[in-house]
Order: sequence, then C-alpha cells, then structure tokens
Amino acid sequence: MEMTVHGLACARGGITVLEGVGFALRGGRALVLRGPNGIGKTTMLRTIAGLQPAVAGEIGLPPESIAYAAHSDGLKATLTVTENLSFWASVYGTGPDAVEAAITGMNLGILRDRQAANLSAGQKRRLGLARLLVTGRPLWVLDEPTVSLDAESVRLFAGVVRRHLAEGGAALIATHIDLGLDEAEVLDLGPFRARSPSEGGALSAFDEAFA
Amino acid sequence: MSIWEYANPKKFMQTSAWALPWVTVLSVLCLLGGLVWGFFFTPDDYKQGSTVKIIYLHVPAAMMAINAWVMMLVTSLIWIVRRHHVSALAAKAAAPIGMTFTLIALVTGAIWGQPMWGTWWEWDPRLTSFLILFLFYLGYMALWEAIENPDTAADLTSVLCMVGSVFAILSRYAVNFWNQGLHQGASLSLDKEENVSDVYWFPLLICIAGFVLLFVTLVLLRTRTEIRARRIQALQAREKLA
Amino acid sequence: MIALLVRDLRLAMRAGGGFGLGLAFFLLVTVLVPLGVGPEGATLAKIAPGILWVGALLACLLSLDRVFALDFEDGSLDLLATAPIPLEGVVAVKSAAHWIVTGLPLTLIAPVLAVLLHLPEGGYLWLVVSLALGTPALSVIGTFGAALTVGLKRGGLLLSLLVLPLYVPTLIFGAEVVKRGAEGMAIATPLLLLAGITAGAAALLPFASAAAIRINLR
Repeated sequence: MEMTVHGLACARGGITVLEGVGFALRGGRALVLRGPNGIGKTTMLRTIAGLQPAVAGEIGLPPESIAYAAHSDGLKATLTVTENLSFWASVYGTGPDAVEAAITGMNLGILRDRQAANLSAGQKRRLGLARLLVTGRPLWVLDEPTVSLDAESVRLFAGVVRRHLAEGGAALIATHIDLGLDEAEVLDLGPFRARSPSEGGALSAFDEAFA
Repeated sequence: MSIWEYANPKKFMQTSAWALPWVTVLSVLCLLGGLVWGFFFTPDDYKQGSTVKIIYLHVPAAMMAINAWVMMLVTSLIWIVRRHHVSALAAKAAAPIGMTFTLIALVTGAIWGQPMWGTWWEWDPRLTSFLILFLFYLGYMALWEAIENPDTAADLTSVLCMVGSVFAILSRYAVNFWNQGLHQGASLSLDKEENVSDVYWFPLLICIAGFVLLFVTLVLLRTRTEIRARRIQALQAREKLA
Repeated sequence: MIALLVRDLRLAMRAGGGFGLGLAFFLLVTVLVPLGVGPEGATLAKIAPGILWVGALLACLLSLDRVFALDFEDGSLDLLATAPIPLEGVVAVKSAAHWIVTGLPLTLIAPVLAVLLHLPEGGYLWLVVSLALGTPALSVIGTFGAALTVGLKRGGLLLSLLVLPLYVPTLIFGAEVVKRGAEGMAIATPLLLLAGITAGAAALLPFASAAAIRINLR
C-alpha cells in the first residue's frame, strides 16, 4: 500500500487554488494537511478521492483503496446506527463482523438501535467515522474528522486511527486541531498556493483570450 | 494551422470582429432583396391568394429553428470532446436565437393557418413538434441560467442537449403517429415534382440564405458578448479568491 | 446495489408519505377533472385515457426532486460516488426505487380511478399494461432530470421544465394504447413503441444521469 502524489494542481470553481503538491504516503503512516481556511484542503482531498478531476499532476494509488469521509457524514436520519453501518458494509462487501467491530471501536454500543436523528452532533460524527471501519479500505482520506467531537472522543478516534496504521493502513487527514498522533507527518499547504497569472502562475483556460 | 485554432477565444474574437460587418451587410442585403422580391414581385397563388407570401418568413424561420438546435448539438459535442470554451458559449448564444426563430415559425404559421384552415391553431404534427421544440429551448436556456459555475453549466447543458435531441426526434415521430395533420408537405425537397413552383422558389432561396446569414450574424454577436461576460466572471472569481 | 435499493425503500417507508402523496395527487386530478369538465359520462369516457395518463405523469413528477436531493444534502451522494458501486448502478437503483414507490402504486390504483372517469370496459387491461410498461420510463427520465438539477437550491420548478418535454413520447404512446384499447382497436403498434422507449431509456439514460451527477459533484 503506497500512495504517491506528484505535481498535483487542483481547482475550485474553475480557479486553480493549489499547484505543485507532491508527497508519498506508505502503509502504516499518517499525513496531516495543514493550512489556513480556503487554501484548498477540501478541494485537494476531493480530488484525491476522485470526485473531481485534477488540473495537472499525477495521483498514484492502488485501485479501490480509498475510504473518504467528508464534512457531512452521509447518515440517514430515519435509520438506526446499526442499519446505517450495515448498509455501508454491504456496499463495500464487508460482513456483519465489520459492523460489530466498528460499533465497538467507536464506542457506539449503547446507541446501536437508536435512530440517527436522535443522536447528538458528536455522536453522529462518531457514527460517521465508524463508517470508515466497515469499508475495509486501507487508505483513509479524512476531511476535518474531529469537528464537534469532545476531547475524549478525539482520543478515542486517535486510537482508532493508530490501530488502523498499525494494521498497515494509511491516513491522509486535513485538520486544524492536534489529534495527538505524534508519529504523523505534517504537510503545510501554504507554499503550494497557486500563483495568479500576474505573479507568473499558469494561465487558466480563459485567460489566454485577452492575453 | 488547424481549424481548432479558431476555438481559441482570442483568435475567435479577432476573426469574428473581422467577419461581422461582412455577414451583417450580406444578411441585410439578402433579406431585403428576397423579401421585397417575394412580397411585391411574385404573383398571387391561384388557391391561396396573397397569403402564400408569408412563406418567405415561415419556411426560413422554421428551417433555422431546427438548424439552430443542430448547431447547438454539434457545439455541445465539441465542448464535451475537446473542451473549447468558445464552443460551449456559442451553444449558449444560439439558444435564444433558435427559440426566437421557433416562435416566428409558430406565429407566422398561425397567421397563415387562419385564412387557410380557418383556425389560428391546429394540433397538427408539424405545429405540435415546433411547440415541443420551443419547450426544449426553454428548458435548455433555463438550465444555463440556473447554474452558477460556467463550466458545470456548459457540461450539464451539453448533456441535456444530447439527450434532448434524441427525445426531440422521438417526439417528432410520436406526434406524427398521434395525428396525421393538415400541414402541406415539405415546401422544399430534392424531388422536383413536390417543389413549390419556380416563381416562388428563387426568392425563397434568397430569403433562406438571408436567414442563415442573419443567424450567423446574431450568433457571432452573442458569442462575443458571452466570451466577454465569461472573462469578467473569471476575473471576478479570481479577485474574490485573492 | 440490492443493499442500496433496500435502503432507499426503507427510507421511503419510514419517512412516510412516500407512497401516499403521489397517489393522493393522482386521486385529486381524477376528481378535479370531472368537476371542471362536467359529469356527462360520454365526454369523460372519451377523455379518460388522456386524463389518467397525464395524472399519472404529474404524480410521478411530484417526487422526482427527492430522488437525489436528500442524498446530496447529507453527503451520502459523495460517499456513494466514492464507493465501489458504479455510479451508473447507483442511478439505475435510484430510478428503480422511485418506480417502486410511485410508478407501481400508480399503476395499481389507476383502474380504480378509471371507474370514476367511466373508462370503457376494453380499456382497463390496457390501462394497467400501458402504465406498467410506461411508468418505468417516467422514473428513468425523471431521474435524469433530477441528476441535472441536483446541486441547485430551487431545482423543483426547473426540473419540471426539463423533464416534461422529455415525457412527450411516453405520454403519447401510453395514452394511445389505452385509447385504442377502449375503442377496441389494435394496440400492438403503440404498445411496442412504448415498450421500446422504456427499454431504450432504461438502458441508456443511466449513463447520462451518472455523467450529470459526476459533473454536479465536482
């Protein structure tokens, strides 16, 4: 399991926001993305997850290896905790064992038969993260995973990530707060901010018209 | 030197700026010549009287209504395959023009139909198909308007245009099946027997040429506007980001 | 994919109204038309096939904006797009779920409502057959419209404007089958054409819808 990103440029709303991003991520390692709001962390994670095309550059990773967790959890309010997880388990072809493991892992045991509508924000987030465990995918791509989690849940989640790494998985995390993952490498996206054409950056498809 | 060079916005702006006066003058000449000849220097039809002369507006408008959609389909395909912005913007620019031609065809058809068939509107297959085509234009334009991101809008409207074309053809046959209709056969066809007589034929040809040129003029004009608007949008988006 | 179908059906049942609203609307249309047109049985019988088909079509339209909107809002659509199911499959399943929740009940209730409109006896069988064959096309085409408008805030009205012209061939052939059936004429031609449209739409449109979803998620 190895992921390499080389010379990646990605765009939001037709404007290139990041360019020349490159890193390698091996199994057992975690990479934390840092950078101010609006730098393009979400955009980059969506590009890596395959939701939008890269403007330039290469993303090399084994097929079917990514489990993506976005800002929103994709929970169905009228389904119970177990039903939500079982659905994703069957989508990813993992069994009920994975669901059980995810429920224990994210400490959702007493909530298992409650409808997602009746969970608190932090509990919903925990359920959303538990989905990662049922995917059985090696590379976790996480966008602000700790939003609305309390300190204890953050520790719980850090433990889950650490176990995932120990099993040979990898994680790419965009976050502002310290997860307590001391072994994680940090990549600051600041230097990769795309330059505007006036600063010598590449012309976008529509600048050439009046160049 | 390839034809795709003209898909570069800058090259397009230059070329169209050069071509615009010529096509404008030519289209005005053709339209004036064809319409004056047609209206004042052709005899009345022995059955239809002078009402037949609306043919010089009705037939070219109807042809261009369909051709505009075909042009949108082609430019949409070019956008999907080659990602030339000018192509997508030309499709956007053509839609209101095509819709107007459809409307002209419908209105002149009604004006022609009133004395001939004794009614302003008849659910005749051809008229109905044009009404449906009008709805397709409306939907296409509404989708362009509704989406903020110009590239997303170009992509989605292209998909709609392709799917819409298939359904427009299906609707045409469905409508034929549904009602046989009063409308006369094609006014122009390669089979000489079916054609309108020569007296009407030549001014009609000139009128058609005039409408084609008018369409080209308007599309060029509107595409230039769209390119400028798109450029402003791109600059504003960058400003907002900086 | 079966898991997705089961989930969507379960959601529709739990949310309530999934089955009910479309049917209630269909009932309302068939009640309102005689109130507007007048109670003469002969007139109603003549327009019954058209009214029933238009009613079913509009009832189908009602719930279309919910096909993707809910999944888009809560982020499930992003997750489904990154899941190991092809997006074309997701779209096809969504159409199937929409049909089971709206098209199928409409087909089953239509003969009952046809009684209100004095549909001639020969028409009942063909009403059910034509709706059973035609409503899947309505769901598939509607799903395409929903895919186009999924990212829009006020997509509902636009969705109708986009989808209704695409419904024209289905409506024409569907209503024609019932009309001919009611008059005791041969129905084979429109019926085959209707089936052809449904088959073609179900086979090809999911690709267009999936493309539209991908564009919208970008």
